[in-house]
Amino acid sequence: MLITLKNVHKTYFGAQPLHVLKGIDLEIDKGEFVSIMGASGSGKSTLLNILGILDNYDEGDYYINGTLIKNLTERQAAEYRNRMIGFIFQSFNLISFKTAVENVELPLFYQGVGRRRRHELALQYLERLGLKDWAEHYPNEMSGGQKQRVAIARALITHPQLILADEPTGALDSKTSEEVMDLLREVNRTEGVTMIIVTHDPKVNARTDRSIHISDGLILTE
Amino acid sequence: MSDLFQEIWESIRRNKMRTCLTGFAVSWGIFIIIVLLGAGNGLMNSFLQDAGDVATNTMMVGGSRTSKPYGGYKEGRYIQLKRSDLDLLEERFPHIIDQLTTTISRSGYTLTYGKKSLTNVSLCGTFPSHSEMNRVQMLEGRFVNQNDLRLRRKVVVLTHLFARNLLKGGTDYGSLIGKSVRVGNLSFKIVGIRHCDENRNDRDLYVPYSTMKSLFGIGDNIEEITFSFHGLATEEENEAFEKEIKVALNSVHQAAPDDESSIWIWNRFTQNLQMEKGTGILRKALWIIGIFTLLGGVVGVSNIMLITVKERTHEFGIRKAIGAKPRNILSLIMAESVMITAFFGYVGMILGMLACQVMDKTLGQSSVEVFGQSVRMLVNPTVGMDVAVEATILLIVAGTIAGIFPAANAAKVRPIEALREE
Repeated sequence: MLITLKNVHKTYFGAQPLHVLKGIDLEIDKGEFVSIMGASGSGKSTLLNILGILDNYDEGDYYINGTLIKNLTERQAAEYRNRMIGFIFQSFNLISFKTAVENVELPLFYQGVGRRRRHELALQYLERLGLKDWAEHYPNEMSGGQKQRVAIARALITHPQLILADEPTGALDSKTSEEVMDLLREVNRTEGVTMIIVTHDPKVNARTDRSIHISDGLILTE
Repeated sequence: MSDLFQEIWESIRRNKMRTCLTGFAVSWGIFIIIVLLGAGNGLMNSFLQDAGDVATNTMMVGGSRTSKPYGGYKEGRYIQLKRSDLDLLEERFPHIIDQLTTTISRSGYTLTYGKKSLTNVSLCGTFPSHSEMNRVQMLEGRFVNQNDLRLRRKVVVLTHLFARNLLKGGTDYGSLIGKSVRVGNLSFKIVGIRHCDENRNDRDLYVPYSTMKSLFGIGDNIEEITFSFHGLATEEENEAFEKEIKVALNSVHQAAPDDESSIWIWNRFTQNLQMEKGTGILRKALWIIGIFTLLGGVVGVSNIMLITVKERTHEFGIRKAIGAKPRNILSLIMAESVMITAFFGYVGMILGMLACQVMDKTLGQSSVEVFGQSVRMLVNPTVGMDVAVEATILLIVAGTIAGIFPAANAAKVRPIEALREE
């Protein structure tokens, strides 16, 4: 199993404590193409944050590839995120003052890869995603689909075992959505990357192999 | 490293106006430091120039009036120093006193050479050791020596300004050596030309003490004794030694041993110590004023960096999500702060140094008449490499201080919160 969650709880302690995850048990195998569905407030974003080591949990255990992800320092969390996980966001989250190729390079920069080597690799990935001619363009000069493809290149460049996509088609029209889904599917098939997509779009859901429904902090059906 | 510079450059480029306005405060702070220190140095140099002519470890001793009755004499009696007092001091304090000398002078003579003549010159009878103690710089020939003294030779040492005058503006001072000049109605042979401060009205002609004494029938009375000394490091030691001298001289001149006012002493060493202390305090004060001015700039940079960090929260969230460690973000902001501070600081430093040069060319050349002597107010009012290095260190420290809080804030950014706000 690539991902194992055992009885994971998460409570947000505000003025009113909010018990968001009430014991999640989940196993996802290597190479799976999974969607997580749920209404807003169901806890799916929190689950995604925990899966992405962006947030910590209060109770239970979370393993990636047999490694327990618990009580990590910020430095360790950053290291694991960088090596194991690729992120794709609804709003792309590209850095606006960096060109496409510089955005794709960034994860390698934090791995300490040399300037020339990472530039080369980033160009290769952009070429694979059909954006070679757009390498020197800034995000605000590109369409939504192009931006998402830059983000996918950025997620792929570190060869992660897991890609987490948060509403990857949420900001795209239906035609572009189709293209992006095709792309994710292809990446999943050719590279064997495990893909977890959080969505509330049934069309996206229909294109995944397995869908996990979450409601009120618990997994409903499989 | 070049990656870091590129990141910083990108960040600064996006906020040019804001960065420049903030940087101006830093430039201004450093500018003030450099100009203040330059002016301070000019002032100190002008003091030190006057003191620089004389060896600093010398003391001058002279007779004055007693303040208490003693040994049958009434108070208020004038103590006349004698030639024998020189020997007394030399014998009594051989471990402290190096060389002693005294000068007797008569002024109001006219110096004549061929058809040229100079009025109101002074004849000073002196010893060879005077040259060393007063740092007399010989340009040609020699100073008065022991043979002159023993044989009471009628030889004289001229200043280079007099020599130039006698040569009608020429500078071939060597040609005057061996020539005869008349002082009053006496004839002297020139043995040396000494350098003198052009800003001072130095009209002393040096002749051997013994010559002077026999020519003018001066007895054993002397006006003052000057001597160089060593081994007295602190003000306390100097004061104690001055007391010993007074006791020694008082006892041979029948004055009360504890009479403080019968002998006057002018100690150049302690005076110099006090001046050094004074210039040290002045320097510190100028640095403090400058640093407080710079502090305004530091607060400005810190403030701007805080705003920048706030604006870039989302970006830092992205960076952290894809693997930036807190340390990466911290060093990015710190480096930016140090770069801004150092860059604008250097601009201020260069402008400050230019201002010092301008000050040197204008105020530095003007002089004031004080008691017939022209005194330059500021001498070389500039700062040296030491100040440039100190200011560089100060700037890096300032930049670091300015960056600490913003950088800590940036490093604390939590990716989920940063990515949530759209």
